[in-house]
Amino acid sequence: MLPPVYIERIFNTIHRFYNIEANCEASIETNPGTLSAPKLKLYRNVGINRLSIGLQACQDSLLEKLGRIHTFNDFLNALNLARRFGFDNINADIIFGIPGQSVKDWKETVRIVAEAGLTHISCYSLMIEEGTVFGDLKEKGLIQEMDDELDREMYHYAINYFANTGYEQYEISNFAKPHYQCIHNMNYWERGEYIGAGAGAHSLIKSRRYANVSDILKYIDGIQAKKPVLEEDTLLSLEEAIAERMILGLRLSKGVDLKKVSDEFGVDVGMKYKKSLDTLLKKGLIKFDGKVVKLSEKGVDLANSVFVEFI
Amino acid sequence: MANKRQDKIRNFCIIAHIDHGKSTLADRLLEKTGALTEREMDEQVLDNMDIEKERGITIKARAVRMIHKGQDGEEYILNLIDTPGHVDFNYEVSRSIAACEGAVLVVDASQGIEAQTLANVYLALDHDLELLPVINKVDLPSARPDEIAKEIEDVIGIEADSAPRISAKNGLNIEDVLEKIIEVIPPPNGDEKAPLRALIFDSYYDTYKGVVAYVRLMEGSVKIGDSLKMMHTGKEFTVTELGYLTPGGQIQSDKLLAGEVGFICGGIKNVRDCRVGDTITHADNPAAEPLPGYKKAVPMVFCGIYPADGSKYGDLRDALEKLQLNDASLLFEPETSNALGFGFRCGFLGLLHMEIIQERLEREYNLDIVTTAPSVIYKIAKTNGEVIELDNPTNMPEPGEIEHMEEPIVKATIMTPTEFVGNIMELCQERRGIYLGMEYIEAERVILTYEIPLNEIIYDFFDALKSRTRGYASLDYEIIGYREAKLVKLDIRLNNEVVDALSFIVHADKAYARGRKMAEKLKETIPRQMFEIPIQACIGSKVIARETVKAYRKDVLAKCYGGDISRKKKLLEKQKEGKKRMRQVGSVEIPQEAFMSVLKLDT
Repeated sequence: MLPPVYIERIFNTIHRFYNIEANCEASIETNPGTLSAPKLKLYRNVGINRLSIGLQACQDSLLEKLGRIHTFNDFLNALNLARRFGFDNINADIIFGIPGQSVKDWKETVRIVAEAGLTHISCYSLMIEEGTVFGDLKEKGLIQEMDDELDREMYHYAINYFANTGYEQYEISNFAKPHYQCIHNMNYWERGEYIGAGAGAHSLIKSRRYANVSDILKYIDGIQAKKPVLEEDTLLSLEEAIAERMILGLRLSKGVDLKKVSDEFGVDVGMKYKKSLDTLLKKGLIKFDGKVVKLSEKGVDLANSVFVEFI
Repeated sequence: MANKRQDKIRNFCIIAHIDHGKSTLADRLLEKTGALTEREMDEQVLDNMDIEKERGITIKARAVRMIHKGQDGEEYILNLIDTPGHVDFNYEVSRSIAACEGAVLVVDASQGIEAQTLANVYLALDHDLELLPVINKVDLPSARPDEIAKEIEDVIGIEADSAPRISAKNGLNIEDVLEKIIEVIPPPNGDEKAPLRALIFDSYYDTYKGVVAYVRLMEGSVKIGDSLKMMHTGKEFTVTELGYLTPGGQIQSDKLLAGEVGFICGGIKNVRDCRVGDTITHADNPAAEPLPGYKKAVPMVFCGIYPADGSKYGDLRDALEKLQLNDASLLFEPETSNALGFGFRCGFLGLLHMEIIQERLEREYNLDIVTTAPSVIYKIAKTNGEVIELDNPTNMPEPGEIEHMEEPIVKATIMTPTEFVGNIMELCQERRGIYLGMEYIEAERVILTYEIPLNEIIYDFFDALKSRTRGYASLDYEIIGYREAKLVKLDIRLNNEVVDALSFIVHADKAYARGRKMAEKLKETIPRQMFEIPIQACIGSKVIARETVKAYRKDVLAKCYGGDISRKKKLLEKQKEGKKRMRQVGSVEIPQEAFMSVLKLDT
């Protein structure tokens, strides 16, 4: 983890070169096991106003399985401490589909985070990826992905519970109290531009997507030589840019306003995707009122099948 | 009687089971006669197709001329005519044999005589060939040459005591074989003044020369400029080039005489006009009768071949046309399937022939193909008195219109060590075989003969035989006719729609088991889709087996933020690519593998 002193330097540098809006959202990812009073104080001082805490689950046995260093109690302490330092915009990440996680465990986690007075909850279905601890166990046949039915039962339970406790689902995996949607992430889903700074950071500027090299030493060498080393650098075609716009936008509950996108790119998107939209509508995967396209309830569960139609 | 020129010629072939050393012996003979130096020699020059080399079998016959100086001080011309080593090419083998006066019979000193060897020995004896037995691989520790010599005498009834005992691999006693060829195999005869009769035993298409016919002149002579005629196809042409083949390449000559072996070109554009077994004669002075034994090669096994990518239909047609240039027995005609789109119904001599063509399409023409289950030709007597031949299950008439059906039957000869007799009998019984007999070749080995319906052999009989006998049994078969049978068409319905490419004809008693297996296999191969997919195996409207592919409920990437948009897009592209490789049948997407996997239900 980056020592707090560097956070301070980064923010000072940003303030030196840019004019920052007064109530600009400034978020930081934190680990409940290592969050401390001095850190929180410093974050507050440099202008950070939103915390994201990687809770994952409320059962210590599951946290251990996930290889986390924190306990549920650490999370409660971190939350109290953060509030004491004046943070009121706080997100928690939670995960379902963990091997060994019961529906009862999940319901407990959902209830606890909903009652914790958070402004934002990110709720992810666990993906077992190669090269991770779970990936290795899966390869050895020691664990398997949770079956679809159970995974969806957990997901739908969370959606309902959060809706009943005042959270709006505004993206496939994200829930917020009114006016607390994450502005930073909304920018990704609406395909706004962004600059990523640091090793491995990604950027989108106009139609260029690029990523800094992940190896930190190579990154430093590049910066010092004033020749940044990139590990990805793609100039997107109009076609690809529109596809991205659709795919990212459809993740949002408010959907994609075709007129707006058509104006953005100077292409009649409704015409361009007419066949795909018809097919998806017939399959019941989208809702479309002639202006705005949204995923249907079924479409949210099968979003990839929708997205591939735009690729 | 052979004249003085003919006295110095020997025309012979080599008969051997796969792996018993035919090609290696051929190489040694060529090397010994100086036709080839070791340096020039690519291993096994006679087999010049890649697939042949990999499988260790020879598909197309070729003929090579060697010069050998005998111990009597005379120079002899030895023409080695290669023979295909597989049951599918039985007819071609018989034509090569008909071009010879003798055959070298190679038997492995450890393994003894095998089914295919025996089948070819009988062919050779039918054509009055002199047999020269040779016992190969005597250098191996497991060799038992004396017992094998006895086996040859017992089973074939020829003297084998003086058979050369060789190691083709190490070049041991090769000189002996050459001397024996001169001694045992008679020279050709045939009047060179008589009207021309030349037997075509092989032909291939050359881009520059047109069809090149390999011939054995039985009578008469031929020279450049002669006007010739194929006695069966009626095709006429003028000789532009003739000569003979040496391992170094073709040697031009100005004439060929009775008793000789060589090639003739005349700008013929299609191998169909130059069929193996046909007789070439002079157009203006024809022979009275063609040579006996001509048969038009008849395809016995059929299947549909489709391009995996529908837009490659034209490429597939071009490839098949090119293959056909060299393969008169390959048939194809366009067909359409609701499941696979546009493709071709193809006819083959047998299963191996089919596999070779499929492999060549994929390897040499770089095509991704999907094949349907192989079928044989059924004869159907309809209630209206009409009799039809059916090679595509899709075209089977309604059960009410069928009076009865007949299927082709083969006589299968299986040679095996006695310990596997039980397994083989079980297998043959499962495949509706009728036991004909069992004969002991030696204490530990027997020949089993069965009558088995061909449609039971074309699926995976070879594989099953191999796996149940640890590869020790060998098989040969020949079609013996048609027999009435209770046959039904088994259809597969996916989501209540029949998938034509998965239909096949099966014996009524086996339909239930087969239908169940197919349904199970399809359940494994068809991925979950957005809705539940019932898989049904049906005879007519009667469902005999049912499985269900459950609907998937979840297909979504939970996270997508600024840092992983490119990676997530790649995942979606991969998903789309996978979708493209699927065949849409009605509302169901079927992976290409599904069409292939149901072909091998026993393995």
